[in-house]
Amino acid sequence: MRSIRIQPEDFDPVAATAALAANNLQVGAVVTFSGIVRRDDGLSALTIEHYPGMTEREIARHVEEAERRWPLLGLAIVHRIGRLVPGENIVLVAVAAVHRHAAFEAAEFLIDYLKTRAPFWKLEERGAATGWVEASENDDSAAARWNPP
Amino acid sequence: MKILYFAWVRQKIGKGEEDIALPKQGCTVSDLLTMLRDRGDGYAEAFADPSRIRAAVNHEHVRFDARLGNDDEVAFFPPVTGG
Repeated sequence: MRSIRIQPEDFDPVAATAALAANNLQVGAVVTFSGIVRRDDGLSALTIEHYPGMTEREIARHVEEAERRWPLLGLAIVHRIGRLVPGENIVLVAVAAVHRHAAFEAAEFLIDYLKTRAPFWKLEERGAATGWVEASENDDSAAARWNPP
Repeated sequence: MKILYFAWVRQKIGKGEEDIALPKQGCTVSDLLTMLRDRGDGYAEAFADPSRIRAAVNHEHVRFDARLGNDDEVAFFPPVTGG
C-alpha cells in the first residue's frame, strides 16, 4: 500500500496509521511524522506552492529508494498546499514495517528528502509583511547523511 | 519550449509560464538563463544571482550544464523549502 497525496485538505495521522496496520497483518510497527506550522517569530500564515507533476514524481522516486533500502510494508505521504495557519498540519509521513527500526529510518529518510528535493516553496506572512522561506543548510546536511560515503 | 517559474522567481518575472523558441542548435540550461536575464527588468532581477536558482527539465532536477531541446519543459525556481 503506497499513497502519495498533495492536497489543500487536512489529514488524520491516526486514520493513516490504522489504514497501514489494517492493510497487512504482518505490520508490527508504524512510524508517523507530522509536520505542523509553528508560530515562529510572530508568523501568522504560510502559503505553500508546488510544481504539480514534478512534486509527485520526485516524491515517488524517493519512495522507491526507501523501498529498496528498507523492507517496508506500506507508506502514506500527504503534503498540504495553500494557506495554513500556526497549529495546522502541513506534512505527514507514515511508514509501516515488520519491526520499528526500518520504519523509523525510512520515515526519517523520506522527510529529509521531502524537505530538500520535493518542489515546494513556503511564503510566510507576518501581519501585512510577506517573504519566501530560505532553504536551510541544516536540512541539506540532514538529507546528505543518507548518501553513500 | 515551455518554461515555468515558481515562488519568488515567478513573482519577479510576473508570470508563471511562457513558451519560447530555442536556437536551432539547442542550448544548455545556463545559456537559457543568460538569454532570459538579458531581457532585463524582472528577468534580470530574478536571475541576477544564478547560485540562488535551481532548475528542472521534464520534472527532474538538473545541473546548469544540461542540454535543452524545444520539446522539453524547463522550470526555474529557488531552492525548495517543503516539509
